Amino acid sequence: MKMRRNLLCLVSLGVALAAPLVAQDQTTITITGTAKYRLAVPDFTPGGGVPADVQTVFNQVLWNDLYQSAVVTMVGRSLYTAPPIASERDVNNPAVRTAWSGAPLSIQRLAFGSIQLGSGGLLVDGYLYDVTQPAGSGRLLGRRYADPATPAGARAIAHQLANDIIAALGFGPGIATSQIAFISNRSGSQEVWTMDYDGSNQQQRTHLHAIAYSPCISPDGTKLAFMSEAGGGEAQIRLISLLTNKPLPFPRFRGITESPAWSPDGKRLAFASKMNGADMAIYTSNVDGTGLRRLTNPHSYDDLSPAWNPKPPAGSSGQIAFVSGRIGQPQIYIMNADGSNQQRLPLGGYAVSPSWAPNGLSLAFAWVRTGGGENSGAFDVYVWYFGEQKYVQLTHNGDRNDFPSWAPDNRHLVFQSGPPYHTQLFSVAVDGTVPAQLTSAGNNEMPNWSWH
Amino acid sequence: MSTASSRHLWTALAAGSALALSLGLTACGHKAAPAPPAPIAPSASTGAAPTVTLQADPTAVESGGSSKLTWSSTNAVRVELNVTPVNLNGTQPVSPTESTDYQIVARSSDGQTANAAVRITVTAAPTPTPTVAPTSNDLGTFGDSVRDAFFDYDKSDIRPDAEPALQADAQFFKSHPDAKVLIEGHCDDRGSAEYNLALGDRRAQAVKNYLVSQGVDASRIQTVSVGKEKPFCTEDTDDCRQQNRRGHFTPGN
Repeated sequence: MKMRRNLLCLVSLGVALAAPLVAQDQTTITITGTAKYRLAVPDFTPGGGVPADVQTVFNQVLWNDLYQSAVVTMVGRSLYTAPPIASERDVNNPAVRTAWSGAPLSIQRLAFGSIQLGSGGLLVDGYLYDVTQPAGSGRLLGRRYADPATPAGARAIAHQLANDIIAALGFGPGIATSQIAFISNRSGSQEVWTMDYDGSNQQQRTHLHAIAYSPCISPDGTKLAFMSEAGGGEAQIRLISLLTNKPLPFPRFRGITESPAWSPDGKRLAFASKMNGADMAIYTSNVDGTGLRRLTNPHSYDDLSPAWNPKPPAGSSGQIAFVSGRIGQPQIYIMNADGSNQQRLPLGGYAVSPSWAPNGLSLAFAWVRTGGGENSGAFDVYVWYFGEQKYVQLTHNGDRNDFPSWAPDNRHLVFQSGPPYHTQLFSVAVDGTVPAQLTSAGNNEMPNWSWH
Repeated sequence: MSTASSRHLWTALAAGSALALSLGLTACGHKAAPAPPAPIAPSASTGAAPTVTLQADPTAVESGGSSKLTWSSTNAVRVELNVTPVNLNGTQPVSPTESTDYQIVARSSDGQTANAAVRITVTAAPTPTPTVAPTSNDLGTFGDSVRDAFFDYDKSDIRPDAEPALQADAQFFKSHPDAKVLIEGHCDDRGSAEYNLALGDRRAQAVKNYLVSQGVDASRIQTVSVGKEKPFCTEDTDDCRQQNRRGHFTPGN
């Protein structure tokens, strides 16, 4: 796998974002402005008979998950001069603990455990200790995990343990078990695919052989809505089950219909359609297409790309961001979920692809910032902060950086980047650390990160 | 992604912050600088002189029609067509709206140049002549007779220069009453995919509405937006992007 050298110049958000954002009940970014824990993760102690590839997958996936979390400083295994930690007895030996916590290693948190075969398959005992506490104390996590003794089973356990460690460190929820849906043409036509958050397990979900856009995973992770031009050529919303890959019922509307988005409770879909005229308007409906409600009334321009606020302000009936061409080039607007109180974000330029952070405090989008009129088409990804009423630019490379989508931890984004018709998917923490290329085969675009 | 490539990902990521740092430092809008070009000697050209040829086929078109430019060069390191850099050898479709001179310049590594030019003469679109064989269902001439309509950036208005072609297209469909047509709305690569899909639909509808205004039965016309997904041209040039902003006719069913 090749990393594109010129992909990213990510702004360090620095001290500005360490300040708490106003309103609401959470801070948005917890990883900047404070020192990160120094975390050591020795390879887990293997029991007899555990296949080497299973051990390797487990140790690599656990390490990568913790590194990608961007909330800890991973102290490399090649530096581990202290005595090995095979069990809780070792970590509670005062001399051993001091060897890890003292200079030069200066470890603050230590994750360790064992991987062995049991009657039911693979058994992993995982622990996390605050080794700055005296021996005999400081246990933050101790849990047993079981799964089949296969690389896939080892991967599943590692992801779950990583999430538990991130939560025990105070940075939950983690993203190690999350999924990303996207569009790829690698099979010869645009189809919906899904993958693990780290790019593994890429799976083709549709075989419709038609233009497809905008896959969107339901909040419970069991369904996926998207746009397809299959069966008649006109753009329409389709739904599939992610459990069976089979289609779920959703009506065809008159006129092109696209850009679906799930409500936070999973009971409604918002989308754009020309069902009532020559202009794209925003509608919502139940998941089976009933209960149709029109939210916008465009005249000679288009409203599209709705995105629901996963955590609207207290007392609100819901909020939807969307794109509208009402002042000329497309801009991002916010409205209530009944269509009232439509307000434009003060951006200008050409602003599209809104994605609301799970905590509702910020909105990622793609923007050609400079100039009106004809432009180069070079998008960058930005984040708008509702509290401070300001934006931060995340990418700077002059390619098509588009379709940002937030991870469930409010700390990561996935987006597409590359020259036209040659884009790949990348994830990154919003402080600019841990960039990772997730795809390489074919043209990959329109990523959507799952809710959990 | 295969398991094998996933492992490569981990390997890369295990390298940790050093990788992230190098990514951050090499970007910032500064692409890796190419080796500087060899200095051009102010005199004393010693290399082989470049040559270049340029042809147009056809050299005369009706307004809105298209022609193809073909050029080839030798001993050149840079070739410019109407001052726009192009490949050393190549072809390019053009649709001049008035008679146009196309100039090509080939430059060698030591600064020598060669020039060629060709003129494409644009004639007025012919006055539509009523066809007296209205029962013909022969669409063999579809591709030759029906011409696409081109659009401005982010616009779906029918341009004045597209009207002669569309008027001739309407005449063709009226003289082939059994012919059905599918109009594809196309966009260039700039802009969001979802927004461009809506824009492509507007372009296809605009072409349909124009044909209907000229007397073509709306029931014979289907439309589809393909957004930016089926480009006619993928070069990063204004001319190429213009080729992709169009309402394109294909036989319907």
